[in-house]
Amino acid sequence: MSNAVLLEVRKVVKRFGGLVAINGVSFDVHEHEVLGLIGPNGSGKTTMMNLISGALPATDGYIAMDDKLLTDLPTRKIARAGIARTFQLVKVIPSMTVLENVMAGAVFGHKKLWGHALAVYAERQLERVGLFGVSHKPTADLTYIDQKRVELARALASDPKVILLDEWLAGLNPTELQTGIELIRSLRDDGRTVILVEHVMDAIRSLCDRCVVMSTGNIIAQGTPADVLADPQVIEAYLGEDYE
Amino acid sequence: MKLTRTDVWRGVAILAVFFVLAWLPAVPGADGWLSIVVPITMYTVLATSWAIFSGPTHYVSLATAAFFGVGSYTLALGLESVPYPLLLLMAAVLGGVLAAFVGWATLRLSGVYFVIFTLGLAELIRQVFTWYQNNMGGSRGSYVFTDFTDAHIYWQLLALALLVYLVGWLINRSRLGFAIRIIGGDESVAKHSGINVAWSKIVLFMVSGSVAAVVGAILAPRFVYIEPAMAFNPQLSFMVVIMALLGGTQRLWGPLMGAIPFALVWEIIASNFPAQTTLLMGLAFLLVVFYIPNGISGVLLRWYHQARARQGVSHE
Repeated sequence: MSNAVLLEVRKVVKRFGGLVAINGVSFDVHEHEVLGLIGPNGSGKTTMMNLISGALPATDGYIAMDDKLLTDLPTRKIARAGIARTFQLVKVIPSMTVLENVMAGAVFGHKKLWGHALAVYAERQLERVGLFGVSHKPTADLTYIDQKRVELARALASDPKVILLDEWLAGLNPTELQTGIELIRSLRDDGRTVILVEHVMDAIRSLCDRCVVMSTGNIIAQGTPADVLADPQVIEAYLGEDYE
Repeated sequence: MKLTRTDVWRGVAILAVFFVLAWLPAVPGADGWLSIVVPITMYTVLATSWAIFSGPTHYVSLATAAFFGVGSYTLALGLESVPYPLLLLMAAVLGGVLAAFVGWATLRLSGVYFVIFTLGLAELIRQVFTWYQNNMGGSRGSYVFTDFTDAHIYWQLLALALLVYLVGWLINRSRLGFAIRIIGGDESVAKHSGINVAWSKIVLFMVSGSVAAVVGAILAPRFVYIEPAMAFNPQLSFMVVIMALLGGTQRLWGPLMGAIPFALVWEIIASNFPAQTTLLMGLAFLLVVFYIPNGISGVLLRWYHQARARQGVSHE
């Protein structure tokens, strides 16, 4: 990767009481790359995402973007700096229309639109994620997968530099998965930086420029998907010691 | 900000209604039933302003009596030295400041703490006033002597109602209004969308508190003699919550649908069963929450959408 470093994660620690969820983790995220954050369940991937987006404060260490220290900022300021995310368990507002949900991303944050321009812009984001003709439906009426799309459209609506996708591809059928992978790839082509937490190995292989592998709060490997997935330590973390 | 044709017509229609309502005291024999129209108008204003904050956020505030009492006392204590219109303004400012303080202290916490704190607040301020009057003031209450009749009070409340509807409408179509709906839907989504959650809630709570304080100031002359137990009566807070919930908080006109019938029914209850009011109020609370959780306006809206859907089908 020859691109400049966009996001710096340095010696980050997150403790929940006595439990150390993240144990002094450091890695870089480069501009315009798709970085995969992978590892077995409970390894601290989602916690790491929460620390980057500011949903949780870090216990120690720091995260910086473009020389701007994010770690001590409130969530809203991190969002305004250009970091958007989706959630592992979809978070949309069911009582609002689909369009309103998407508009929410483009009013208060990195992008500040209002009125007609906002509606048109939000509509475009919906088309971008492949949702047509549902703008004025209550979001509660949509299927789980389509709600995930709404969530991605909302994240895109803020025109983020960095977009965090927490298992956004989980639960898609093979056709949807192909479309989903194309979609994420197109985000990188737009010049965005993507960090994704994912368990779908096909997606990791075909999408990620680099992977960071976590296990019980530590980084156990970094590199191209092919390299890390061949790493004996990674295989052991995923499958246990006896795997041949 | 653009006004559509519908907005303009709606505005004209509402102004016309208020104009007609303003003539009520001129109707022969109005003096008798103004004594019920004044409380209805009062509750409408209180419940509507309550819902501006509590409707979208789902934070149930029981502080109405606290703001109301602060407003009443602002008027009672200042009447001899400060011009009346300025006192109303002072009440608004004090109500807003009190709301800002309560909001700053509690709105970061979850809803339950907020409810308890607001209920306790009215009681706390009441005790402070009682203590002050017992130890410093010399008497328990204060006299409020003005030339105001019920008609004067009614007109002031009507004007305030118009102002509240205007402010509520402006908020609803503003970024703040959108922000508060997102906050009510999911606070973490709001934060991740760049919304200043605490600030948005505090501003709306201040609007609500200001209005309740002004209502308290306007009503004070009607009591003639005010004392802490009256000005900070917790029953007022509960009444406002029931009316707003009965009417429904999803639309600005919702609380009106609750205030009118409930105030009327309450008049009958209070005169026939004065000893059982608390019991009946609790019962009303349960009935509303169980049977019409979205309020009367919610039911009306559902019928309206169903009727439209049926029409849509028959057209095809």
